[in-house]
Amino acid sequence: MNIQVIGTGCPTCKTLLERTKEAVKLLGVSAEIEYITDVERIVAMGIMHSPVLVIDEKPVLVGSLPSIDKIKDLIQQAG
Amino acid sequence: MSIWYPLEQFADWMAFQVFSLGETTRMGEAVRFFVYDTLKIFILLFTIALIMGVINEYFPVEKVRQYLTARRWYGADYLIAALFGTITPFCSCSSVPLFIGFVRGGIPLGVTLAFLISSPLVDTVVIAMLLGVFGAKVTLIYVISGILAAVVAGYLLGKMKLEKYLSPWALKATNTLIHGAQNQEQVRFSVRFTRAFNETMNIVRSVGLYVFIGVGVGAVIHGFVPVDFFETYLNVNNLIAVPVAVVVAVPLYANAAGILPIAQVLVDKGIPLGVVLAFMMAAVGLSIPSAIMLKKAMTGRLIAIFYGTITASIIILGYVYTWIFS
Repeated sequence: MNIQVIGTGCPTCKTLLERTKEAVKLLGVSAEIEYITDVERIVAMGIMHSPVLVIDEKPVLVGSLPSIDKIKDLIQQAG
Repeated sequence: MSIWYPLEQFADWMAFQVFSLGETTRMGEAVRFFVYDTLKIFILLFTIALIMGVINEYFPVEKVRQYLTARRWYGADYLIAALFGTITPFCSCSSVPLFIGFVRGGIPLGVTLAFLISSPLVDTVVIAMLLGVFGAKVTLIYVISGILAAVVAGYLLGKMKLEKYLSPWALKATNTLIHGAQNQEQVRFSVRFTRAFNETMNIVRSVGLYVFIGVGVGAVIHGFVPVDFFETYLNVNNLIAVPVAVVVAVPLYANAAGILPIAQVLVDKGIPLGVVLAFMMAAVGLSIPSAIMLKKAMTGRLIAIFYGTITASIIILGYVYTWIFS
């Protein structure tokens, strides 16, 4: 599984990255987590908020900071 | 009787009974002030963030963009953009995607900039803090004037034909027009409310510490610095004080939550309210991180014009405030 956290380096984006790492650890799934701080990527996706959580090329969460439980749900749904 | 009467009673009880401090001592007064102010601010912060969050659930930026491009607005679009800017939570990190997204959707540059100005200026945290420390009248004046400033500045910037000063990357990105919005999902109110509630908790958590520090410093000044201190020792000349306050505020890039409680006691001790409000506006509205982010989408020249216009608007408002509140 490939997980990407796309943000611009703002505190919210970093918190999302931390929570995503935590969620992956708690679930014990093998996932590769990438942190991408390139605004061009967000713009190319036609999205107007950061951060974006992308699982296997699909944006599953845009512009909000979910709880760790919510991220776990999203990972399980995708997996 | 004010709606805050129970809080006053509670703060009195905490300071004078629980901590058994004397009612006339400086420490007693500082503690009473701290308990009362933090509670009041957290209640307001929570309530306002929740209300704004629920409204925002129904009018996310995608929908705002759809409204703005659905028909010709004959200038009303500046006001609509500025109004929606206030309910949209601002994060400097979203400014570029949002900017490109709006312009790409066909929204005029000036209207987009009106949105970008009002979003940080009239923000949830700012409104809650202003209400908590200065009350409804000051808050209302701030909110209305902030929205008007965004409309006027956006309109003027729109008239300047600045499209040519977008960065080459932004020009390319905005030229790929996208039509129609994403499918609007039908979401139940309970789901929206839960999302807004979570967002509210994120906001309260992220500014909570600053409220404590701000009110703490404020409480010390409140209890230990004599009233009229600044009036006596600092001869405030409004004509100069307003621009100075605005310039000083820029690098602080505050954090309304930390600064407003301190601002409140400074006003109590003799600094003119108008100067403090201009300071506040500059601190939240002119952030350096935001300008650095926008560098990606705008040339240096456009950034200078954009921020120059906002700075001028805030200084003018500062004079208006000092006139209103003197």
